[in-house]
Amino acid sequence: MPGYHAPMAILAGKRILVTGVLTEESLAFGVARLAIEEGAEVVLTGAGRGLRLTERVARRLPSTPEVLEADVTVPDQLQAAASRLGQHWDRLDGLLHAIAYAPPEALGRGMFGAGWDQVSTALHVSTYSLKALVEHFGPLLEAAGRAGGASVVGLDFDATVAWPVYDWMGVAKAGLESLARYLARDLGPKGIRVNLVAAGPVRTVAAKSIPGFGTFEQTWKERAPLGWDVHDTTAVAKACVALFSDWFPMTTGELLHVDGGAHALGA
Amino acid sequence: MTSARRISGQGADETVDSDAAFEKFRQCAVEVLQVPEEKVTKEARFADDLDADSLDLVELVMALEESFDITVEETELENIETVGQAFDLIASKL
Ligand SMILES: NC(=O)c1ccc[n+]([C@@H]2O[C@H](COP(=O)([O-])OP(=O)(O)OC[C@H]3O[C@@H](n4cnc5c(N)ncnc54)[C@H](O)[C@@H]3O)[C@@H](O)[C@H]2O)c1
Repeated sequence: MPGYHAPMAILAGKRILVTGVLTEESLAFGVARLAIEEGAEVVLTGAGRGLRLTERVARRLPSTPEVLEADVTVPDQLQAAASRLGQHWDRLDGLLHAIAYAPPEALGRGMFGAGWDQVSTALHVSTYSLKALVEHFGPLLEAAGRAGGASVVGLDFDATVAWPVYDWMGVAKAGLESLARYLARDLGPKGIRVNLVAAGPVRTVAAKSIPGFGTFEQTWKERAPLGWDVHDTTAVAKACVALFSDWFPMTTGELLHVDGGAHALGA
Repeated sequence: MTSARRISGQGADETVDSDAAFEKFRQCAVEVLQVPEEKVTKEARFADDLDADSLDLVELVMALEESFDITVEETELENIETVGQAFDLIASKL
């Protein structure tokens, strides 16, 4: 897995696993690209019928990373991906969780539109998966933890309030926020930091599957003091890369907003 | 006479070019959508006739971009429903 080495890169020598790259619009694609540009060695994971897309889009990164199959709801796949990664790498310095899914019933139909079958899927893929990933890649993260620190970063959509149409995905994200704090508690003693980046709305495949996603775009346009571009993943990528670097050594259990400042304003 | 022949000759060349481009387009579609070649006609509708959903189309567009060495913006795809419409979009960039 050859890396692209830039001078003075802040991720030089880091080994980072990036989940959630589906298209060039994916937030995770922006993170993978910048991580490589900043000197990291990167491996991707893909899942289900998106796997072929991940493999194709991987070739559009500055250097083509290996792609491992890892559906977060299939423990055997997570185990196989972790063993495979362990053959190349003796430690994992960074892990990006960029995974979310909710069945159509759970988005945009109000809280009574979905039953437990759909809700449990949303929570399994979007919330529990953070624990599942960290668990399976745990030994490699711990090795990095002993060697100076490991960093787990997850992508969040601010869940402190109820949004239009976001419904059960909002509940899943509230769970993710809480889970990140509990994981920070349990993993801190092992030198593993766990933080979330709460991103503003970006037009990705996942976002476009939310009926009424335009409402968010409008809200951000009206509210974000710094402005917000729904086509640009750069700001989110920079924050993730910063959290993977050695520049946040005493930060864990944190929720970092990268949303143009929209969260700070009431209306 | 000569010029008339040249004009018709040119026309024929264009058809051949466009046929060749469509053949390339069709190979991409067959590979990505895993459908039999004869189903990929200009009238075919992606959703109804080729059973392709939005992820399939994203992958097809990536394959076409690579194969034809062009770029397609997401917004250009908005109202595309048939193979013919998609092919015209690609052809307009060649
Ligand atoms: N786009 C936004 O507006 C926005 C805002 C804030 C947070 N986020 C979060 O960013 C993350 C990435 O989403 P995105 O917007 O880049 O969209 P995306 O569609 O590009 O990425 C979603 C990813 O989830 C993966 N995935 C779905 N089910 C999976 C499973 N069972 N196993 C493994 N992977 C699975 C998909 O393969 C895909 O790569 C998500 O957690 C999302 O909630 C997005």
